[in-house]
Amino acid sequence: MVLGSRRRREALKNVQAERATFQRRSLVAALVALLCLVGLIVRLVDLQVSQHAYFSTRADENRMRVVPVAPVRGLIYDRNGTVLAQNQPAFVLEITPEQIEDMERMLHDIGRVVDVHPADIERFQERVRKTPRYRGVPLRTNLSMEEVARYEIRRHEFRGVEVTAGLSRNYPLGASAAHVVGYVGGITEAELQEVDERAYQGINQIGKVGVEKSREDLLRGEPGAKIIEANAYGRPLREIDYQRGYPGRNLYLSLDARVQLVAERALGELNGAIVAIDPRNGEVIALVSKPGYDPQSFVEGIDTASYKALLDDPGRPLYNRALQGTYPPGSTIKPAMALAGLEYGVVEPEHREFCRGELTLPGSSRKYRCWKRSGHGWMDMVTGLMRSCDVYFYQLALNLGIDRIHAAMTGFGLGEPTGLDLPLEKGGLFPSREWKQRTRHENWYPGETLNVGIGQGYTLVTPVQLAQMTARIAMRGGGFRPHVLRAVEDPITKTREDLVPEPLPRIELKDNANWSKVIAAMEDVTHSPSGTAYRIGRDAPYRMAGKTGTAQVAGLRQDDRAPTLEETPLHLRDHALFIAFAPVEAPTIAVAVIAEHAGGGSTFAAPMARQVMDQYLLGEVRYVPAAKPAVTPAATAAPARTALEEEE
Amino acid sequence: MIAQVLHGTRPRKPEPGLGDWLETWHIDLPLLLMLLCLAAAGMFVQYSASGHSLDAVISQGQRVVLGVIAMIAIAQAPPEVYRAVAPWAYGLTLLLLILVLILGDHAKGAQRWLDLGVLRFQPSELMKLAMPMTVAAFLHLRRLPPSLLTIGATLALIGLPAALIVRQPDLGTALLIITAGCFALFFAGLQWRWILGALAAGAAAAPVLWERLHDYQRQRILTLLDPESDPLGAGYHIAQSKIAIGSGGLFGKGWLNGTQANLDFLPEAHTDFIFAVFAEELGLLGVLLLLLLYMAIIGRSLWIALRAQSTFERLLGGALALTFFFYVFINIGMVIGLLPVVGVPLPLVSYGGTSAVSLLACFGMLMSIQTHRKLLAK
Repeated sequence: MVLGSRRRREALKNVQAERATFQRRSLVAALVALLCLVGLIVRLVDLQVSQHAYFSTRADENRMRVVPVAPVRGLIYDRNGTVLAQNQPAFVLEITPEQIEDMERMLHDIGRVVDVHPADIERFQERVRKTPRYRGVPLRTNLSMEEVARYEIRRHEFRGVEVTAGLSRNYPLGASAAHVVGYVGGITEAELQEVDERAYQGINQIGKVGVEKSREDLLRGEPGAKIIEANAYGRPLREIDYQRGYPGRNLYLSLDARVQLVAERALGELNGAIVAIDPRNGEVIALVSKPGYDPQSFVEGIDTASYKALLDDPGRPLYNRALQGTYPPGSTIKPAMALAGLEYGVVEPEHREFCRGELTLPGSSRKYRCWKRSGHGWMDMVTGLMRSCDVYFYQLALNLGIDRIHAAMTGFGLGEPTGLDLPLEKGGLFPSREWKQRTRHENWYPGETLNVGIGQGYTLVTPVQLAQMTARIAMRGGGFRPHVLRAVEDPITKTREDLVPEPLPRIELKDNANWSKVIAAMEDVTHSPSGTAYRIGRDAPYRMAGKTGTAQVAGLRQDDRAPTLEETPLHLRDHALFIAFAPVEAPTIAVAVIAEHAGGGSTFAAPMARQVMDQYLLGEVRYVPAAKPAVTPAATAAPARTALEEEE
Repeated sequence: MIAQVLHGTRPRKPEPGLGDWLETWHIDLPLLLMLLCLAAAGMFVQYSASGHSLDAVISQGQRVVLGVIAMIAIAQAPPEVYRAVAPWAYGLTLLLLILVLILGDHAKGAQRWLDLGVLRFQPSELMKLAMPMTVAAFLHLRRLPPSLLTIGATLALIGLPAALIVRQPDLGTALLIITAGCFALFFAGLQWRWILGALAAGAAAAPVLWERLHDYQRQRILTLLDPESDPLGAGYHIAQSKIAIGSGGLFGKGWLNGTQANLDFLPEAHTDFIFAVFAEELGLLGVLLLLLLYMAIIGRSLWIALRAQSTFERLLGGALALTFFFYVFINIGMVIGLLPVVGVPLPLVSYGGTSAVSLLACFGMLMSIQTHRKLLAK
């Protein structure tokens, strides 16, 4: 039945009409299809012809990356060409935080490929916090070849991690020159805001202290750029273009590494500073601050614990005593005081004062004591300097008055930064009537003039200032601004440009013969048997002029018996000072030594200066100090504490 | 019988030529050659788009060979057979679609695959074949233009499998299957008032449909309207694809030189977005040649349908031809940013086994229509 009805219906179909309908519909379909096709073609022409240039640019932007190429940082040499800072090839494992999804896991995973210590991770995380997220931060430096190989095999697992064959800053002399050369470290976000970021493309280290910081612009160089093709995952595939940068300039410092080492060794375990300057041009021959630190640990980024240890170290190793340490100059100020006395005409060289061990001012019961309580007897200028009689200089200071003392001493550069080309130099203080009024709202008392006259009281100077003062005496008023940079070399053309020393205004005296008189007295300090530093001048193959000093750290009550050195707690012991220049007839080196809490200047500081001068002038150290520092000195007598100068 | 008589009157050839051979195997040579051209072009572009993977090309080649075998095998039977098996094929495929929903494999968040141990395939692909067959067979028996009742029954036939495929969810394939069925209905002479009425109703129902779409489907449509709004997310596909096509220019960057595809900027370069690779490497001229080839294949198919002898053959042929065009249009429209991103491959050029086989099977049916013509009917 069903079959039958179906047949009937089929029979009812109008075959011709259906065919005609199909033909009409096919025509409509073909037309619609063609219309659609035209639509597609119009769009394709729009994309591929009209907007072709735009999309080509977009495609190139997609695949091309500009990768900055860090320039090679300039090298630093001493005056003889000894390398102080160099670049060593090193494989560095760098992580770009921005590209890491799960840092925790990544650090764990990478730890199975290369050695990563907890300290590395801590240091890394510390630096990640301070660095912009799109910049790579090193996790490990100095990878071994084996570690690099292990990483390369599995590198596809570590997106955002890269091993770069870079250069790592290296300081062959370690702590010895650290206070001059300084170090580089990772650029922090704060530093990046102060510099032109374009100049630091591809560079992730910046000079932090020392010459590395002060001459950053010379050392850095100009970054180049590579244009590379990268795929959608940022993996570089090939280099398309390379724009050369320019390596940083090489610097030649005036430092003499051997003298530097001798000075460092001379200080031994003591804290303190030694500065040696060539008075003929202001070149710094040695600049030592003890204790030192290893600059290398900063290059790789120091971990918090080590950094805290350095900061908490009571010896303050990061603190550059030569530039930033301010000390009372003690008796080292006396030659300049003598010159001031002669210049202002308040004293004649032959004028004599009687030292009975102390001085009292009219209307006061306060006793100003000489370091030699028994007194020096009759003292003229030469003997006063030679034996460092305090009473003679009390009288001189009283005659000069604070205003003239201040004018003369600041003329020698005391209490003001020398303008040395290293960062963070301090000025210290040379007190004046005006200063006291301004800061303490008090009048100046004559008694204070006495203390200032022997380099005590408010006076605070830096070792560099003392060395500079010595250099200016050696040059009889002439002199140059101290500096450590001697020459700059272009690393490609090898042209070397010497820096012209900057002469300072001459200290003019009414009678230039006065220079000779004071210098002669300083010569007696080291070469006369009754001089306070005869021990170092006795067998010297050259003539030198010097002055001892002992700077008091803690004041004692008026009539206290001065305790012996061993009785005094270490931090209350006196600073030992010494200034000298040599050879007297044509000075080529001026030295200032400060040994903190060492005791007397003649026993401890003078031998250090002799060793430094020996090395510089003779090429070897001929002097062996009889007394070792921090061993019992001969100061058994009870010297007065207002102006302590040890007896010898 | 009459054919035999006619054969007898012809002068016998001493040796069977190519024409005889093709006739024996029921192959339509123009269609075969064009399809092979297309598949070859596809494999060349796939080699470039898959990162120079010969394995991918070989695997695609195997599928094409399999598809050609299926095509020729299908061509051997006369169309009447397909008319007869259409209801069975429809029923079986429907069953498989239900099975997929119950125990199908998951791939990329959708349940499309059925693993038969030896063979892993998408039953929805089978429906691409079964649907036009079934609708054509159904309408073949009805008085045309179709009555309201016939239209309703046809829509039910289309709607049932489509609903199952939407549930997988695979909106793209469902759309193609609905289209295939509707094209058959269209060729059967569906009255214009219904066509226009349906379009109007569709426009009215769009907001309701919108509500029912999955988030990712909605996102694709939104992205189409403003691709730059989400350059790293959903808009990335379209943006990168437009860059690829636009940077190709008139002559293209050359085979294997497309940076967008070879450097992995273009996602799904060797599957749904292969047209972008084609356009980038071969330029507008290559694209026009490709379109010409497609139009020639569609033209040949439509021509076969026009010359067909029964309503079933005509409707089937017309629906297959138009569906094939629809594939091309949807895919290219999507890749050049005219249409939303729906998972429709570029026929025979995109990498994808089931799709290639089922498409070639469709052409087997067209060849069957062309080569089993009864001379008497003329």
